[in-house]
Amino acid sequence: MMEWWNRGEKARWIAVIFCLIPARANAEELQVAVASNFSKAMAAIAVEFEAVSGHRVRVIPGSTGKHFAQIMQGAPYDVFLAADVRRPEELEKRGMVLPGSRFTYAVGKLVLWSPRAGYLDGEGAVLKNGNFRFLAMANPRHAPYGRAAREILQAMDLWAELTGRIVRGENVGQAFQYVKSGNAELGFVARSQLHDLGVASKGSHWEAPDRLYAPILQQAALLKEKVSGREFLAFIRSETGLKIICSHGYDAPDP
Amino acid sequence: MLSASDLTALGLTFRLALVSTLILLVTGTPLAWWLGRTRWRYKFLLEAVVALPLVLPPTVLGFYLLVVLGSRGPLGSLMEWLGGRSLAFTFTGLVIGSVIYSMPFVVQPLQNAFSAIGRRPLEVAATLGASPLDRFFTVALPLAKPGFFTAAVLGFAHTVGEFGVVLMIGGNIPGKTQVVSIALYDHVEALEYGQAYALSAILLVISFALLVAVYALNRRFRRVQP
Repeated sequence: MMEWWNRGEKARWIAVIFCLIPARANAEELQVAVASNFSKAMAAIAVEFEAVSGHRVRVIPGSTGKHFAQIMQGAPYDVFLAADVRRPEELEKRGMVLPGSRFTYAVGKLVLWSPRAGYLDGEGAVLKNGNFRFLAMANPRHAPYGRAAREILQAMDLWAELTGRIVRGENVGQAFQYVKSGNAELGFVARSQLHDLGVASKGSHWEAPDRLYAPILQQAALLKEKVSGREFLAFIRSETGLKIICSHGYDAPDP
Repeated sequence: MLSASDLTALGLTFRLALVSTLILLVTGTPLAWWLGRTRWRYKFLLEAVVALPLVLPPTVLGFYLLVVLGSRGPLGSLMEWLGGRSLAFTFTGLVIGSVIYSMPFVVQPLQNAFSAIGRRPLEVAATLGASPLDRFFTVALPLAKPGFFTAAVLGFAHTVGEFGVVLMIGGNIPGKTQVVSIALYDHVEALEYGQAYALSAILLVISFALLVAVYALNRRFRRVQP
């Protein structure tokens, strides 16, 4: 009956048990819920942080709205990196984040982008010419990048005129997909998306001036008291962390 | 309770479901008839294709459609070459998506209904001199009536509940592609729970009523036919 318990099997079990013992006594595993738009930058930060600290980081990308709902229901996340200010603030009001741990970790930038070279100039004049069928953006009702896109069009006095031609993605990722697949000629996407996918050099884009929209602040907060959590948030704000964030197309927050 | 845009979304959804169901009944009947009677060796391959939307996540189907319909996709570039326009973000695009998405719900009940008739009634009709077309319209169709009813209601109800495909290829344009499931999703995301509750309740009642109708009538049909 016990034939399966041969030497090879025993060795394997011992190996498994050894894997369960942390390499360092104080190494922890950290569960980080991160907004999808930031997941590429997060992966780069996590690699650096693991190398420096010896802690393990488990990244759970997803929509900030859904992470928020999960955290309200007791999801086992240690750190929350949201796509906006509203949700971390809301959690703070309900006493679900550690006091004083909430801060802005990145500032998102909105870019009007088309895969067609020379289609967009430095002024966004195409928007006024109206020489297109569909303009993609994230849904302004609940996505921060969509809200910013609407503010830009309102500032340019084009919102009412273009309404019937605006296609709204569930989030900025879907807005990007609409343009990338060629179903919409142009769209408001995140500058970080162009960086992440290496398409910044392809096609043409117009970076909307800051004065046209309220800054897209992305905030983080610590959900559970944990040494590794504190270290991780400090690392994000460190020079190394900020450098990675900026290299992924975000602006660093004002100090 | 319901805003004007919610009512527009409801109307659009029913129009989409109606058009898709009609197209499916017209195209699905010959397909189901053939599938139900053929002795072709590789019939199972086609049956698997028809059943694919049952198991594929709708977002996968929607993503493929988005890529295929796009100006650089095969169908999109063909459309542009023919002087037409891409079908994404249009009502026609949604109809195409829904027809694919709801196909198994229409074809499978029809195929079952046709198989259940068996060869005998048709052979009898043939010996009495009925032409193949005659046999189909005067023997097979009336006998398959319960199947048609089930197919129509399931196809309709399934299209009303469609979400993932529309999310991918719809673009959420009010009055054009914003169907009720998308409007509902928007309400939830925007934390407008009051409107979300109202819309959900309407969808629940309609879906339940449709299914009750299917089961009740199926029971009656079974009683009538020995």
